[in-house]
Amino acid sequence: MSKKILLEHINVPGIETLEVYRSKGGYSSVEKALKTMTQDAIVEEVKKSGLRGRGGAGFPTGMKWSFLAKPEGVARYLVCNADESEPGTFKDRYLMEKIPHLLIEGMITSSYALGANTSYIYVRGEYFYIIKILEKAIDDAYKAGLLGKNILGTDYSLDLYVQAGAGAYICGEETALLESLEGKRGNPRIKPPFPAIAGLFACPTIVNNVETLAAVPSIVNNGGEWYTGIGIGRSTGTKLISASGHINKPGVYEIEMGITVEDFIYSDEYCGGIKNGKKLKAVVAGGSSVPILPADLILTTANGEKRLMSYESLADGGFASGTMLGSGGFIVMDETTSIVENLYTFARFYHHESCGQCSPCREGTAWMEKILHKIKDGHGTLADVDLLWEIQSKIEGNTICPLGDAAAWPVASAIRHFRNEFEEYVKNPSTINKVKHYHNMHNLATA
Amino acid sequence: MSEIKFDDNSLALVQSIIKRYPEGKQKSALLPLLHLAQAEFDGWLSVPTMDYVASLLSIKPIEVYEVASFYSMFNLKPVGKCLIEVCRTSSCWLRGANEIVDHIGNKLGIKPGETTADGKFTLKTVECLGSCGTAPMLQIGDKFHEDLTFDKVDSLINEWSNKTEHSKYLDVNTFRKN
Repeated sequence: MSKKILLEHINVPGIETLEVYRSKGGYSSVEKALKTMTQDAIVEEVKKSGLRGRGGAGFPTGMKWSFLAKPEGVARYLVCNADESEPGTFKDRYLMEKIPHLLIEGMITSSYALGANTSYIYVRGEYFYIIKILEKAIDDAYKAGLLGKNILGTDYSLDLYVQAGAGAYICGEETALLESLEGKRGNPRIKPPFPAIAGLFACPTIVNNVETLAAVPSIVNNGGEWYTGIGIGRSTGTKLISASGHINKPGVYEIEMGITVEDFIYSDEYCGGIKNGKKLKAVVAGGSSVPILPADLILTTANGEKRLMSYESLADGGFASGTMLGSGGFIVMDETTSIVENLYTFARFYHHESCGQCSPCREGTAWMEKILHKIKDGHGTLADVDLLWEIQSKIEGNTICPLGDAAAWPVASAIRHFRNEFEEYVKNPSTINKVKHYHNMHNLATA
Repeated sequence: MSEIKFDDNSLALVQSIIKRYPEGKQKSALLPLLHLAQAEFDGWLSVPTMDYVASLLSIKPIEVYEVASFYSMFNLKPVGKCLIEVCRTSSCWLRGANEIVDHIGNKLGIKPGETTADGKFTLKTVECLGSCGTAPMLQIGDKFHEDLTFDKVDSLINEWSNKTEHSKYLDVNTFRKN
């Protein structure tokens, strides 16, 4: 069994309640941090742990924290990014639903470390039922003296609030999230200044993902050194993987980084193999934005080594033959899947979610959706495939925020690895219907 | 239509939400207030409703319009009593989202984006709702309906045919009164 940190107590009945959560050692990091540690000492432990942002970018959390400006007399904020919207990703939702106090504990301990006295959890609006769960948990934490004035009798005070988004993928980008939290459209800001200098209400602000903050209590309790003993190389600790698509056991799995991709897909501890005994065709390993890889390259690197579930191994080979761990949204496709049709759903998604601020993204995502629509319906030409390639290359790197790159990479990788399939759609449109999702009909009618 | 005004209970919540932000930053309450207004005023945001929210926050109406039109959960046109939102992005598509959309459309006699003639149902297709491991899925109000089959969809439609209330993402008790 792989090491469990975040989900260690997930199956304990009542773990969503404060009482049971505390009986399992919950909130001990708050006690330890507030009563025995300085703020800087906590930041040091998080730095030492090698914890990296779990929202997708993988930036070292301790380093991000150390950038926080601390001008005298100016409020600082910690904002939790719970806008989980990357297609294929549903781990934060799982964590908040099943064990909400773990996030709240992480928020309190981290807020203390950063010197924030007001913190917000920005939750995507579609998760209103999660907001209810969080509000109840926060209420209980206030009543237990874990939030509010003079927490646990110390001189540290913290107010924690939940903010609801309203349906916008872009608000997962930290500066767009801050704009949204200020009651505006979610248009990303030009950086610099970075939020650590001028973030929420123009004050120094740290924005961290749910899973990142949930990892902090264990690091404070056991030390950064302990955390580096889990995982592999610079991919320290555990990672939540959201597994979906054509597998026998979709769901959220906590893995120790460094297990093989093959083990993750085929072992009964995780995905349990491909559904209906079919063969693996392709995987999107880290949420919709990361490059799609065909079966051979996701299982084995170009150098012939077994591919591992870690930041470094998944990226091995660059974009020519590798991908990224991203948010850990692991979408598995069997041999019957149309790569063109799947890509169309991604292209439509990015077109829908582009905030419209930068023209390469606003116009480019619309063109890519239209061209893919044309190709998937059998009206495309070979020149359209080249045009798609051209458009994605003009979006990448030319926008204020990473949504442009996120929209370009799936298109580039699909053409890079599956160009023959695009050409097949163009040359033999009559065969297209055969590969369309016929495999679902039987399941939906009889399951 | 009745007068656009929150009752005392909702107004108390509005004041409580505004207190969550520093003084002078009450505009931060805009998204929560729009959600509340949409839930209480027939499931959509009319211009008078948006103007009312602007007045509660002492901001200009345009500041509300530009925000309401940006976020996909805010309806700027009336919707049916039951708003059915079907996810259709990759993982849901892989497991039959298109067939679910077609099935609902055929059953109700409408296309995505349309409302039934009796004003009962609106069918909307949406992008990833974070329910990929339990695909295909749809959302009605704040409830996720997952691992869908045609049977499950049929019983949902039957259930909602007999209801009189609007599907809602939240109510006045969703947010904690701090």
